[in-house]
Amino acid sequence: MLKIEIDGKAVEVDHGTTIIDAADKLGVAIPRFCYHKKLSVAANCRMCLVDVEKFGKPLPACATPVAEGMKIFTRSKAAVEAQNSVMDFLLINHPLDCPICDQGGECDLQDIAVGYGASGSRYTEEKRVVFNKNIGPLISTDMTRCIQCTRCVRFLKEVGGMQELGMVGRGEHAEITAYVDQSVNSELSGNIIDLCPVGALTNKPFRYSARSWELTRRPSIAPHDSLGSHIEVHVKDNKVMRVLPREKESINECWLSDRDRFSYEGLNSPDRLKVPMIKHHGEWQETDWKTALEYAAGQLKDITNEHSSDALGALVSPNSTMEEGYLIKELVHGLGCGNIDYRLRQTDFRLDGKRVGTPWMGCNIDEIEKLDRILIIGSNLRNEHPLLAQRFRKAVDNGAELSIISPLDNNPLMDIAHKIIVTPNDIVNVLAQILKAMSKLQKLSLCLPPTLSALLEQIHVRPNTEAMAESLAGLGRNVNLIAPRVGIFLGNMALSAPRFTEMYSLAEAIGGVSGAKGGILPAAANSTGMHLVGVMPSATGMHARAMLEVPRKAYLLLNIEPELDCQHAALASAAMKKADCVVALTAYKSKALDNATVLLPIAPFTETSGTFMSMEGRIQSFKAVVKPLGECRPAWKVLRVLANTLGLQGFDFDSSEEVKDKIFDGEKPSDYAWRHLNNNMKELVEIETKIKSPGLQRVGEVPQYEADPIVRRSEPLRKTKYNIKRLVRIHPDEMRLHELIEGDLVLVKQDKGSAILPVRSDTHVAMGCVRVAAAHEDTLGLGDLMGDISIEKISQEQADAIKANEMEALS
Amino acid sequence: MATSKTTTSKMTAPVMTDLKGQTLVTLQTLKEKNPASLATYEKLGGYQQLKRLVTDKVKAIEVINEVKVSGLRGRGGAGFPTGLKWSFMPRYFDGTKYLVCNTDEGEPGTFKDRDIIRYNPHQLIEGMAIAAYTLGAGVGYNYIHGEIWREYEIFEEALAEARAAGYIGKNLFGTNFSFELYAVHGYGAYICGEETALIESIEGKKGQPRFKPPFPASYGVFGKPTNVNNTESYTSIPWILQYGGQAFADLGVAGSGGSKLFSVSGHVEKPGNYEVNMGMPFAELLEMAGGIWKGRKLKAVIPGGPSTAVMPAEAILGATMDYNGLSKAGSSLGAGSMIVMDETTCMVKTLKRLSYFFYEESCGQCTPCREGTGWVYRVIKRITDGNGKMEDLDLLTDVSNNISGRTICALGDAAATPVLSFIKHFRPEFEYYIQHGKSMVDGK
Amino acid sequence: MLSVEAIEKIEYELTKYPIDQRQAAVMSALRIVQTERGWLSQESISEVAAYLGIPDIAALEVATFYNMYDTEPVGKYKITVCTNISCMLRDSDSIVHHLQEKLGIGFNEITADGQFCLKEGECMGACGGAPLMSVNNATMHENLTTDRVDEILKELK
Ligand SMILES: Cc1cc2nc3c(=O)[nH]c(=O)nc-3n(C[C@H](O)[C@H](O)[C@H](O)COP(=O)(O)O)c2cc1C
Ligand code: SF4
Ligand code: FES
Repeated sequence: MLKIEIDGKAVEVDHGTTIIDAADKLGVAIPRFCYHKKLSVAANCRMCLVDVEKFGKPLPACATPVAEGMKIFTRSKAAVEAQNSVMDFLLINHPLDCPICDQGGECDLQDIAVGYGASGSRYTEEKRVVFNKNIGPLISTDMTRCIQCTRCVRFLKEVGGMQELGMVGRGEHAEITAYVDQSVNSELSGNIIDLCPVGALTNKPFRYSARSWELTRRPSIAPHDSLGSHIEVHVKDNKVMRVLPREKESINECWLSDRDRFSYEGLNSPDRLKVPMIKHHGEWQETDWKTALEYAAGQLKDITNEHSSDALGALVSPNSTMEEGYLIKELVHGLGCGNIDYRLRQTDFRLDGKRVGTPWMGCNIDEIEKLDRILIIGSNLRNEHPLLAQRFRKAVDNGAELSIISPLDNNPLMDIAHKIIVTPNDIVNVLAQILKAMSKLQKLSLCLPPTLSALLEQIHVRPNTEAMAESLAGLGRNVNLIAPRVGIFLGNMALSAPRFTEMYSLAEAIGGVSGAKGGILPAAANSTGMHLVGVMPSATGMHARAMLEVPRKAYLLLNIEPELDCQHAALASAAMKKADCVVALTAYKSKALDNATVLLPIAPFTETSGTFMSMEGRIQSFKAVVKPLGECRPAWKVLRVLANTLGLQGFDFDSSEEVKDKIFDGEKPSDYAWRHLNNNMKELVEIETKIKSPGLQRVGEVPQYEADPIVRRSEPLRKTKYNIKRLVRIHPDEMRLHELIEGDLVLVKQDKGSAILPVRSDTHVAMGCVRVAAAHEDTLGLGDLMGDISIEKISQEQADAIKANEMEALS
Repeated sequence: MATSKTTTSKMTAPVMTDLKGQTLVTLQTLKEKNPASLATYEKLGGYQQLKRLVTDKVKAIEVINEVKVSGLRGRGGAGFPTGLKWSFMPRYFDGTKYLVCNTDEGEPGTFKDRDIIRYNPHQLIEGMAIAAYTLGAGVGYNYIHGEIWREYEIFEEALAEARAAGYIGKNLFGTNFSFELYAVHGYGAYICGEETALIESIEGKKGQPRFKPPFPASYGVFGKPTNVNNTESYTSIPWILQYGGQAFADLGVAGSGGSKLFSVSGHVEKPGNYEVNMGMPFAELLEMAGGIWKGRKLKAVIPGGPSTAVMPAEAILGATMDYNGLSKAGSSLGAGSMIVMDETTCMVKTLKRLSYFFYEESCGQCTPCREGTGWVYRVIKRITDGNGKMEDLDLLTDVSNNISGRTICALGDAAATPVLSFIKHFRPEFEYYIQHGKSMVDGK
Repeated sequence: MLSVEAIEKIEYELTKYPIDQRQAAVMSALRIVQTERGWLSQESISEVAAYLGIPDIAALEVATFYNMYDTEPVGKYKITVCTNISCMLRDSDSIVHHLQEKLGIGFNEITADGQFCLKEGECMGACGGAPLMSVNNATMHENLTTDRVDEILKELK
């Protein structure tokens, strides 16, 4: 520890601490523009100059490490002179038009100028003008305002993982820009808006819609992925105007993914359902709540009475709250039915009943960056968990070795030590090889259950798998570690694979022999919470997939658009079409709900209170930030009244908090969670390593801006390059085998359904695979995200003919 | 041959200076017929010092001590004692350490390193190899100013010769000492003369200086320990080891060991490089350069490149050419780039050109330099355009003071120095320009 | 597409650096491509970036930072006259005037026939030979007089 003094106050700090960090610790304000605690130190703005005893010239506080006995003065004459002069320089080329600047009122330059600037400028020459750049639909630029602090450049390179902005030119002509006419594509790009200390980079969708002082700021939790990012929702006139991160070091630090930042535009979509609706003779009619609820209850009752309670199926969005999940489960159970599930994008349910507890990521989010060896199985990380990817990037920057097993060779924008790109089916075999190699390396094969040991005997370990196993065991490319901290994680693609259970079991076993932490990376905001409250089939009930394969007479839908949110789009739409009654609790009118019978308008997360449980098992409650739109009601209330209308008992909750208390039954939520989170299996499942995928396999992922009903409707996100028309992507070698060339039309067939799409060659797709993204109307005819698929080249005429036939069949 | 076939260029007539009265250390081959050839250098004992150190396994500390005794101070401008700098290099390091030679001379009036490459490239190579041996560096780069393209080619050719002769490369002289040396080039940025900007440039980036600390000795090329010296500094090393540090020190005066290459340009009869003993009276050096041209009178001299203060004739005429001598006289030795101005020189216009240079060459990274150099230039331009105000002189002084000492690298200080010294010594000329809208000197 | 010759030269430059430091060769790679094509178009810069496996913007930063890269066309012969102090003291102005008159263009302009372009240069590190100019970044002509300039122009044509 070093003893120093800042402005006469003594403080002890660690070796290597900079003056600015020491001052921040003491609460002494030092002005700054370029310095940011999460970015590398550039020391270029010179705003933080301070006076240090025995130094002839002022030193930048951000870049100067303290030394024992240092006496620092932040407001001495020399310091103030230096600060004034830097401010003077910064303002000579900065437009002084705060009243029309979108940053006005929340501008660091404005604030610091008031505190540290001189009263007037002596600069009478012409000011520099810099042309604006179009860097995409999310960020507006006003580059004349830029003060060249390079925070944006450093963020995209260091945190985002790819240099997308740069400072071109030199001296006074230097400008921040993307490469000629390119946009900034990082899925974390919005953070540069927060980082920009002036009004050079501003929020494009928000632009000019409000001044900062007109906004009310309310805390909430991000609703799209399972990270549980803390957000601050800015509201004006009962409308969500923008979303910003709320600093939470252990979760989202000070960042936010673009999905969580810009999805709010979907809340204000014209698609919002504002009043209850009932379908009468094929026509939608608006109605009041009482009528709608009675109608829905009557229908559900009639069908369950007429057939059996089993005739009902409930499909629940994993983005709904724990309270909502709990109530719908109770309601369905109350009707004597066990058909309920939130795992809409899963096909393999063989693990049901074999788990000890609720699956989770198996460690804390902030532990990731401290891992030494990481294995990620079946995840397109940046697409699934954009901000979490950044933690892995930090780990890799800190020297961790990353191994990837996936059907997609997507660039995670970090160094990959080992990767194996194979079909979803072959992942099982690769994992078995790793287990075998690992158990040899660790000499722990004895610990494996005999069935597994027997299985491994037939496995032949290939060199690349061996190398991966060695890395996990601690033998590194650069450093060998005796006891590496290992993390093993399964992503969305693994979760929706037909052989998920086997992958999971093998990953568990590998984790066992390598002492790894890890688990699954749950897809949605409340996947973990839904499992915890038991939104899953009862012992005799049907899981999400079975409910579609063997269609039910009636469906109760919570917060989903069936064809877009279920794994098997074709099955989902057929089932809805066939059902006698579909009661949908939804925030949106949508084509995907055309086959519903009753639409009950519910409040999205901003208009209701509730609780999400994150991937790390953190239970986070939030309150409504605005009043529900129109006649919308919080889903927990709707479910309560629906249950009452159905004549069910035990639904007398007056607030979501009461529901929450009921869920945790008086126990402290974190204790409760701690008791239940567990990735272990009660018994081993059967693993088959000899299965070969006979034909082509589909690799379908859900593009990040299509993940759920809200984000799907965010116009600015739709305009980004991620929102592309669906294509069939195939490895060029595979294309050659099928005699395809780029741009050919192909008829893609899966189960009984099909789609006609253009082909694109893509070296990032495993051989034997066809990559077709889901959750889009172009691919509604297709089936599982992962599964058998066939392709057939067709001509434009053939395509037209097929389409004409379809149209005919429809009318 | 490994040299670039990229661009062909013709060698123009060399600036052959009169050798009388000079002490040839770094340009010792100039006495010979074919100065740049390996044979010439070998004839003068070339590469023998390297061979001796490497094969006798002479301890690094001995070499460093010899360099310390020599009193050699860095010839790149800052004058930092070379022996001391070498002692900062970490002895043990797991990985490659680097050696960098700074031949990016772009400071106006400086052109000495070019002649070293032209006339004595092998002594530079040997100097670098000795430094590499002493500092344990495995790879070296010589960063050559982009504009002197022919010299880049000459150096590539010399490297090929040295490599073929076994003076650089793997397992030199059958020992386990290996040293790879490469030529790299700038492409038009004065700032790359600053050592950390130069390092960034070697890494293929913009030449934006790094904040120091950390210094290159701990975080240099590719983040590895790196020693940076000027061309002339390295080139002095073989001589120092051949004749002894004391012999080198004895050439000069207290505080300034050795001889030094002075680049003399501007209003003299015979511009060119003169290698003379440190401490030579200015008047003698001026005479060597043929005196002021056209029989005119001396008005002022910038003794070490524009980053050193301008000196009026009275001040420089009594000064000696060494670190202490010039600093006593109110300026500094810098890189030894004497820019001589005769009585017809308009100091206002000269300052405008210099200010334009710093404005154009600021890397743009840090605020005071990026914004301040443009501000200064514009105000001076306003004066030469006839729109100056008396307050402008204080403004110029003030803005320059605000740049100085507050920037990441010394370019900020360098930019302020001419403004402050020109106004200090020639204020009446500036006032006249402001009052009359034209120059006191040429009436235009 | 980069020419075979350019790639060969870039590969030679790459041998100077550790294998994981391909960006280091960007200075020479840009120079090589510029020498071959006369100037650096957007496409040329992207091609260099792609070859080295660095972001386009990183190559653009370099191409726009250093004076001797031309990101606009410069005609067949780019003549750069140094006007910095040592040259100025030895009347580089007269050389500039002479060139401008003779070629009928100002700084940063190209003659109608696309033959010549005139640039103002900063110190080239050759002040002993002032006044001076450089042709196509490669050939330095020192101790210029107006007559010598005429000769050089004649040789170039
Ligand atoms: C703006 C600026 C330009 C410089 N230009 C040069 C140069 O052209 N050549 C040089 O050797 N050193 C130059 N230097 C000094 C170098 O940073 C460094 O101190 C020197 O190369 C160290 O070598 P030495 O110790 O042998 O002098 C410059 C410094 C600054 C701040
Ligand atoms: S002083 Fe000038 S040249 Fe040096 S880092 Fe700052 S802006 Fe760049
Ligand atoms: S905050 Fe220290 S220089 Fe910018």
